[in-house]
Amino acid sequence: MVDITILKRPRTEGVLTQRKFFKKTARGKVIKVLRERYLRDDVPCGVGSCRECKTDALPFEGDMSHPLFASGHFVLPDTNVFLSQMDLIESPLFTPPIILLQTVMEEVRHRSLPLYNRLKALTKMDDKKFWIFYNEYRSETAIIREEGETPNDRNDRGIRKATAWYTSHISTNRPPLRGQPTPKLPTVVLMTEDAANRQKAQKSGIYSISVRKYVEGMREPTQLLDLLAAEGANEIEPTKAVAGRQALYPEYLPTATLIAGVKAGELHQGHFNANQYNYLEGSVPVPTFTKPVLLIGRENMNRAVNGDVVVVEVFDEKEWKAPGDEVVDQDSTLKNDDAEDSEDEGEGEAHEVLVKESKLLESEKRSSEKQPTGRIVGIIKRNWRAYVCHIDSTSLTSSNTTSLSQQTVFATPVSRLLPRIRLRTRQAPTLIGQKILVTIDRWDETSRYPEGHFVRALGKVESKEAEQESLLLEFEVPYRPFGKAILDCLPPEGESWVVPLKSATSPEWKGREDLRELLICSIDPPGCQDIDDALHARQLPNGNIEAGVHIADVSHFVHPDTPMDSEAASRGTTVYLVDKRIDMLPALLGTNLCSLRPFVERLAFSAIWEMTPDAEIVNVRFTKSVIASKAAFTYEEAQIRKDDPHQQDALTQSIRLLNGLALKLKAKRMAAGALNLASPEVKIQLDSSESSDPIDVEQKEMRETNSLVEEFMLLANISVARKIEETFPQTAVLRRHLPPPRTNFEKLQDILMKRKGMKLDVSSSGALATSLDECIDPKEPAFNTLVRIMATRCMLSAEYFCSGSVGKDTFGHYGLASPIYTHFTSPIRRYADVLAHRQLSAAIGYTSLHASLHSKPYVERILDVVNRRHRMAQMAGRASVEFYVGLALKGRNERESKTAVAGQKAEVTEEAFVIRTFRNGVGVFVSKLGIEGLVMFKKDMTFDAENYTITVGETTIAVFDKVTVRIEVEKDRNTQRGKVKMTLVHPIDSSGL
Amino acid sequence: MASRVEILNEGGYRSDGRRQFELRTIDIDLSQQGHADGAAVITHGLAHVMVSVFGPREAKMRSQTIHDRANINVEVAVAAFSTGDRRKRSRGDKRILEFAATIKSTFEPVIQTSLYPRSQIDIFVQVIQQDGGLLQACINGTTLALMNAGIPMLDFVCAVNGGVHSTSPLLDLTLLEENDVPNLTIAVMPKTRKVSLVTMETRLHVDRFEEIFRLATEAGLAIHGEMKGAILGRSKSLMGSIELGSQQRSGNTAADAMDDDD
Ligand SMILES: [Zn+2]
Repeated sequence: MVDITILKRPRTEGVLTQRKFFKKTARGKVIKVLRERYLRDDVPCGVGSCRECKTDALPFEGDMSHPLFASGHFVLPDTNVFLSQMDLIESPLFTPPIILLQTVMEEVRHRSLPLYNRLKALTKMDDKKFWIFYNEYRSETAIIREEGETPNDRNDRGIRKATAWYTSHISTNRPPLRGQPTPKLPTVVLMTEDAANRQKAQKSGIYSISVRKYVEGMREPTQLLDLLAAEGANEIEPTKAVAGRQALYPEYLPTATLIAGVKAGELHQGHFNANQYNYLEGSVPVPTFTKPVLLIGRENMNRAVNGDVVVVEVFDEKEWKAPGDEVVDQDSTLKNDDAEDSEDEGEGEAHEVLVKESKLLESEKRSSEKQPTGRIVGIIKRNWRAYVCHIDSTSLTSSNTTSLSQQTVFATPVSRLLPRIRLRTRQAPTLIGQKILVTIDRWDETSRYPEGHFVRALGKVESKEAEQESLLLEFEVPYRPFGKAILDCLPPEGESWVVPLKSATSPEWKGREDLRELLICSIDPPGCQDIDDALHARQLPNGNIEAGVHIADVSHFVHPDTPMDSEAASRGTTVYLVDKRIDMLPALLGTNLCSLRPFVERLAFSAIWEMTPDAEIVNVRFTKSVIASKAAFTYEEAQIRKDDPHQQDALTQSIRLLNGLALKLKAKRMAAGALNLASPEVKIQLDSSESSDPIDVEQKEMRETNSLVEEFMLLANISVARKIEETFPQTAVLRRHLPPPRTNFEKLQDILMKRKGMKLDVSSSGALATSLDECIDPKEPAFNTLVRIMATRCMLSAEYFCSGSVGKDTFGHYGLASPIYTHFTSPIRRYADVLAHRQLSAAIGYTSLHASLHSKPYVERILDVVNRRHRMAQMAGRASVEFYVGLALKGRNERESKTAVAGQKAEVTEEAFVIRTFRNGVGVFVSKLGIEGLVMFKKDMTFDAENYTITVGETTIAVFDKVTVRIEVEKDRNTQRGKVKMTLVHPIDSSGL
Repeated sequence: MASRVEILNEGGYRSDGRRQFELRTIDIDLSQQGHADGAAVITHGLAHVMVSVFGPREAKMRSQTIHDRANINVEVAVAAFSTGDRRKRSRGDKRILEFAATIKSTFEPVIQTSLYPRSQIDIFVQVIQQDGGLLQACINGTTLALMNAGIPMLDFVCAVNGGVHSTSPLLDLTLLEENDVPNLTIAVMPKTRKVSLVTMETRLHVDRFEEIFRLATEAGLAIHGEMKGAILGRSKSLMGSIELGSQQRSGNTAADAMDDDD
């Protein structure tokens, strides 16, 4: 029984324990808020061997390695240290024991959620020594805001008070031992960047220090010094005449004005999206307008970085414009900007750039595509993180290529959506040719570029390791190896774990059906290691057919509220790169215990239907089971077996039964309006030797057996979705695909109509499916695929959701034309499936549902993460393919030039479709390689935006035209970034244009 | 999202510094209030309620007289300044009427009404300040006021509320917590450990319910200790006065109710 106590609040503490304040609601009403606080004497300090607190989170004598503190020390940082120097704190080289105050933690949480999350992660890491001290609840350290004191000052005072308390608390709880000299006590060091705060601390006898001083005093400071954020640098050398600098950007409005403006409808809030084709243009989708607000020019984009939450002011309607139809590349336009010369920006040399930029902005716009324009007047939330960059070698001062003096250089992010970042480093020369991680610290109105600092080097450009890691970082894929706490959740038997012998007492067998005798087999791609599904079918005496789908019983091994479960939840999905797989669950489960290998007994979760020969479901049941698969086929093997009339064994018969049902299921789905979508599928063959071509673009071959497996997986997912929604209407984990808004298709419809005379009916998924089938160019078999790819891009992406969080009329899956759907069939590699398994298990009464899965906010939060991870994983996968396509192209170019006959030009050429036209170029899609590229012309051509054509000399090129392009990979001289460069070969040669 | 208060932080503290199973401070004042036959002022943390009891006395209206027992009449008044937004609630407000009905039905089986046929007991509940646990404060206040008025009761009625944040049960919720977590109020009779009231306006899964129900019952018993202490204290001071010669009607009967559970 838990201990229930009544807290007694001493009457004398009234001032400290009760707080009355007034706050204004969203509707402008003033309300009185009363809060009380219970102060306690049992909030522990965390220091080892403390007589009073009996804790041992932090070492007894603190940290002894800092030369300034010979008798040991603890670091107690204030809020700003975490806000501005998180990279330093995160560095594995920064190891002192840290006392984190509740006041500080709450302030960080209010100021920046991403930083707060990083901080929280840090406090849980094994190799960091953190202790959270709840100073606001301890009677000696709690304070209240005094008359006329700002919240900031109040917090600073609280932090100083807590520091002082620690010092005395440590000394009273460590009395001198008899007969021994009085021990020297460790210092509690208040770390703060605020000079005024340091002064006050000094006055009250508290030891305080700035971050820079602290780091400089360390034994090995060089590497850590680079991690210091730009803000920290400012304090040491106060900038010369800051006021004299010319502001390049308008100042932001105060937050209160922004919020009031948004509320009043005068300003609009949204996420800033940079334009990847044109660095001088961005857009912000806002609820008020159907089209996003266009921001043209740097001044209007006003220091927003892709992903920031911004507030825009929309211009008068007569100033509305169409988006640019030109490709503007920041690398080539801004080549000559000098990183050191920041103070003179806006004058002299930079003037040239401005002229160039303004010229680019002037071009006349078409009237038909006008959309609102505006400017950014403030930032609600920065979404800055660490970015993978290259150092721009030309920004180095040439004379110090070998020196270790500090210099200011440009870092160019790999992503085209980001501006260059200016940073100061002592390691510049050694960073040339490396991929590095850089964080943005600030972006002042006087500085054209954001300022940041170097975090760490990832490795040599184009080395597979560096590229791989940078991909994972760019797409925020968690890739640390599984820690001990997680591996400890695995069965202790490890690889030798087996299903125990069947008995009434065995917990594994309890409530499980013995399906070991069923003729179950699995059908997968060749080389599949993680077999998470298997199937069976058999004829029933009543003429119906029994069909079963058996899924690895992952939830038997992964229990809620364990380290392994929370890790899987935060990873969300397994990520597949070309050369690496980042598992969601430890490999022991994925490739062994939960892999439904043939000839071994495995635990499974089975869905078993009785169907009529016409594939009508008579009934369905779900059960935990033990199975023993009889065979693991590849799609090809299963197909051959099914088609071979000599094979009459029972297993083959069951594949035939399954296939017959699958054909009927598919026909029904198609009749209901399911879509057949397409996305470029490129397969990279890594095992091929150096000499042969590593890329092989496989048009994914669709055998009947592929479709067989797919149909039954869809069926299982739909049946499970129904069951869990019925049992847990508030918290069922489901997946949906919202119908796309019709406006998304407008442009594609217009292009198809004007260029091909084809109509796209988007009134329903069924209509769309039919009209997509009719988009056929008899001369171009690939044309239909291209249209499907483009149509797919107009659609929304599918998402997981919690059934109680949205209206029931929005449950539908548009692409599959199913009224309800979930993911159940791949619990090894998708976390949503694990949740669906738990809910199904509770729905059939096998287990009780863990409390967290009854909580709507919990399910929503988990699915938010899973959705984001899922998106990121897809993008990372695609980027990985792109990198290898680039490598392969480079290799092919080199080979071709070796074998080329003298005098003949060696080159790689491919056929491509035009998918976009610009004033100065065309966007093309090379279907054989599955890549998109840009052909740029040096000058503007005759451009007809209404008809999607561009005329070069005598030749007119239009969207959907087939062209031939020359593909080269060239290394950008400045950034060392490998770039695919395409030029037209046919119908015209654009190499001179 | 960022500005929201954490209901239960990682250190295991709630937003007001309490741990999961710590109840707020309880203050009880049983001194005479105006002409009431018995009164009680009770606070649970910042929730502040005054209950006055009149009766048993002759029923004012014939229509309300019951021939074999006393009629209980409960009226609740919520002071406009008791909430943050100074909303004025009239006596006819549906929520308040429902609230009064809940209190009435909680006490009807506990008060020995059959001892006073054709009479009336009036309970006036005045809500002075709200900060979560309104119903529990009203019920506990009513118990105390009834005892203070010397009305014979079968047992104490001790109420407390509780809720579940994610998977962690919390006891004695503040307004902030009530707004955030599914919660319930229960009232127990300590002698028999019988639960005479469970109210819940939010959804709560049955597994969670069982746990919080058990905890809240225990908490009700803890509150009982506090209430009993206050009644005994009051009785003692009254007994002292009696010895000094002054006559008081109440006191004895209140102590009666506690005799057999010691
Ligand atoms: Zn201590």
